[in-house]
Amino acid sequence: MAGASASAASHSLAPWGHRVSSWLDYTINGLIVGNVYALVAVGLALIFGVSRLINFAQGSIYLVGAYIGWVAVVQLHTPLPLTIIVVAVAAAVVGLIIERFGLRPLQNSVRIAPLLATIGISFVLDQLVMLTFSPNPRALPSQLPDVRFQVGGGTIGPLDLLIAGVGLTSALLLFAFLRYSKLGWAVRATAQDRDAAMQMGVDVNRVNQAVFGIAAALGGVSGMLVGMYYNQIDTAMSLQATLKGVVAEVVGGAGNVPGAVIGSLLLGLVESYGVAVFGTSYRNLFAFLLLVVVLVLRPNGLFASARQAPPEPLTGTFIAPSRPVRIPRWALAVAAGGFAVLPFFPVSFYVLQTLINAWLLGMLALSLTLVAGTIGQVSLGHAALLAIGAYSSALLSLTFSVPVGLAIIGGGLMSAALGTALISPSFRLRGHYVSIATLAIGEIVSLVILNWESVTRGPIGISGIPPLSLFGYDLISPPSIYWFSFAVMVVLALLQARLLTSHLGRSFRAIRDDDVAARAYGLSLNRYKSLAFIFGGFAAGVSGGIAAHLYSYINHETFNTQQSILALTVVILGGLGNVVGAILGSVALVGLPEVFRIAAEYRILIYGIVLLLLVRFRPQGLLGTI
Amino acid sequence: MAERSTLMLSLRGLTRRFGGLTAVDAIDLDLASGELISIIGPNGAGKTTLFNLVTGLDRPDDGAVSFEGQDVTGLSPERLAAEGIARTFQLGRVFGNLSVMDNVLIGAHTRLRAVKPAVPVIGPLLELGLALLRPASVKAEEERLREELKAILARFGERLLPRIDQPAYSLSYANRRRVEIARALALKPRLLLLDEPTAGMNPTETAEMQGLVAELKAEGLTILLIEHKLEMVMRLSDRVIVMDEGKKIAEGPGEQVRGDPKVIEAYLGHGLATERESAA
Repeated sequence: MAGASASAASHSLAPWGHRVSSWLDYTINGLIVGNVYALVAVGLALIFGVSRLINFAQGSIYLVGAYIGWVAVVQLHTPLPLTIIVVAVAAAVVGLIIERFGLRPLQNSVRIAPLLATIGISFVLDQLVMLTFSPNPRALPSQLPDVRFQVGGGTIGPLDLLIAGVGLTSALLLFAFLRYSKLGWAVRATAQDRDAAMQMGVDVNRVNQAVFGIAAALGGVSGMLVGMYYNQIDTAMSLQATLKGVVAEVVGGAGNVPGAVIGSLLLGLVESYGVAVFGTSYRNLFAFLLLVVVLVLRPNGLFASARQAPPEPLTGTFIAPSRPVRIPRWALAVAAGGFAVLPFFPVSFYVLQTLINAWLLGMLALSLTLVAGTIGQVSLGHAALLAIGAYSSALLSLTFSVPVGLAIIGGGLMSAALGTALISPSFRLRGHYVSIATLAIGEIVSLVILNWESVTRGPIGISGIPPLSLFGYDLISPPSIYWFSFAVMVVLALLQARLLTSHLGRSFRAIRDDDVAARAYGLSLNRYKSLAFIFGGFAAGVSGGIAAHLYSYINHETFNTQQSILALTVVILGGLGNVVGAILGSVALVGLPEVFRIAAEYRILIYGIVLLLLVRFRPQGLLGTI
Repeated sequence: MAERSTLMLSLRGLTRRFGGLTAVDAIDLDLASGELISIIGPNGAGKTTLFNLVTGLDRPDDGAVSFEGQDVTGLSPERLAAEGIARTFQLGRVFGNLSVMDNVLIGAHTRLRAVKPAVPVIGPLLELGLALLRPASVKAEEERLREELKAILARFGERLLPRIDQPAYSLSYANRRRVEIARALALKPRLLLLDEPTAGMNPTETAEMQGLVAELKAEGLTILLIEHKLEMVMRLSDRVIVMDEGKKIAEGPGEQVRGDPKVIEAYLGHGLATERESAA
């Protein structure tokens, strides 16, 4: 999350480097940016309409579009109209491939599967682009003359007009398609009632293809236009685009195409005026606050008609039912004993270092497997809990001279309290909305850390964090750090296992399986989701706290979205809600790339592929859902 | 006044609209303690929506619900469950990944005392602490509940007892319906709402279910029943309410409703005619 926000700051500089001075200019800028968001959001709305899926890979297609545009303009020297066509067609092909090979096989799968698949696809695409083109930003010239026309008190350039023109033309073409073509009717019919449409002979696969193709073409062109607008493209664009598109779409009402356009323009204006008043580093904060406010007050969007019918029962279909693999206690005890005595053997510090990373990730995975697996709130911003724990522990020990051991516990408690408070407005959301909300809250945490300089020291970060110590003894040697982190993880795992066998364990799982039935039997969603986040927040906060003292330096980018996704992959790999699985998954995903000496830049790609393969072939993970 | 004390549930002008459609249209209903009322009507008549309004899963646009003399309109489902209202769902909503015993234990959730101290603000944190520490009082309560719930599961003979540790998703459809009813009974309800308890069951299973509902009624439980199987409705009900397009079109003893021309026209006409033929 943090890597993206830094580049967003550079993206959000006023175009052409001069400061936009008048309100009219801010309005024009807001509408132009809103137009770009609309191209992404309309695609998301179309896809949500026909398949009730929030496509987290939409931003990746936008990224691919930008780079195809770069190849066309810089290497092939295509004229502008041809560039637009090339980008639209190539992006549409990517969209069709995603639909055919990524999502269609999951049609009859559990509801969580396509959501996870689009996350995996997004990471694979982003990494492929990064590996092909390097992560360094590139210039994407617009091929248009750099002149500004005076309009009233503001100015407008040819690129502004182009973006407005592309936006309007796409809207008209889309309207005509949905209104007058047979396939367009089929799309609308499917959006209204998928089953009825199928019974009437609508080929839903063709509808999905059409929708993904159109969404991808719009998204790709949008990425290219943004690249031209800022004359810069880089791989961090992807997540930002997904987030902004999702914000606009949700503000307009998920699945509502005209709503998505209005939501986008509104988002563009809110951001633009927010920047005018508070400065550029607050741009994203406004976007995500807008999202959270809308999710809390009007989860069906600003334009949703009154109250809807309560949701249909979807019993037990959110996660894959499975029988967890029972591992005998003695086997677990033997394994734990083996890891405990490992430093007595002649193993290299490198092995210990790798396992320390696995134990830290294991604590995060324990936290996420409780939240995402046991109670079914698939959090995509879990690294924010690490960040809260790390900053709290670092500041407690540095500013207030709290002993490190206590500071780490303090970090855990802070993460539990603050994390739960931040996420609590989204407790009444379900399914994909929870993921959006957690993603946004993760971004908000990162942006607050970046902007709240008096406390967090802003972009400079915190250095000189005291090393791990316990009862006055510094833990500096690798074996001592190893034992400390392993012991903390084992204690957290044992506590969590005990929690799962209590009445809370069954209450959490009941809420995950069917929150409507759970409420009808007296389970308050607020109460039990809070308890799950308090417990999980503590584990994640402790992990972040230990990491802070281990690294001795942290900043707002230390704990980023990649860690959230890695933790999610670990959790799926081990089996949702599975305590042993979370630890096994951590050791596997940290250890195996080391064993095979896989270069760092390929790891995220591999995590994405692992996630996709799991969702497709073993959704219950290695040890099964609990 | 005396009559009022025996009044369990009372609906006045209960109305719920979805856009242009009025799913529940000014329904009045009085259910006395120990009474069994069946609600019948064609699909889409608004029966399940009415259940959702009574149990708090949906909020009425108009009208009032009172339970044991208290206005409970618009209360949350968890509050109403704590007040003693339990329900089953039309399509069966067991917790698929939970074992049969855990499903039924969730039914008894509102009766947990030792592990859920009624302390404001820090109550939830105490609950977390007690769940982890599990002092003797918590363990004893859990054990007592488990024993008691086994007795409830035993009401279904050998259908559920041997499968007590199996996940609910692995059960047959009929067994899942039984788990749902066991879960509802685990709440020790004062009012039980059954939404088509015999849907998808064969005649033997239906007869078993009918026997169970009759037993519950004999034990004095107040029941609101949605059911399509008319024979069962006629046997069990003290009164029958017929709904069509959200409105109550008839109310009274089964035999009287059966003969009501409005009902025959709206709903029973065809079914009754064939039934009479086969009886003749």
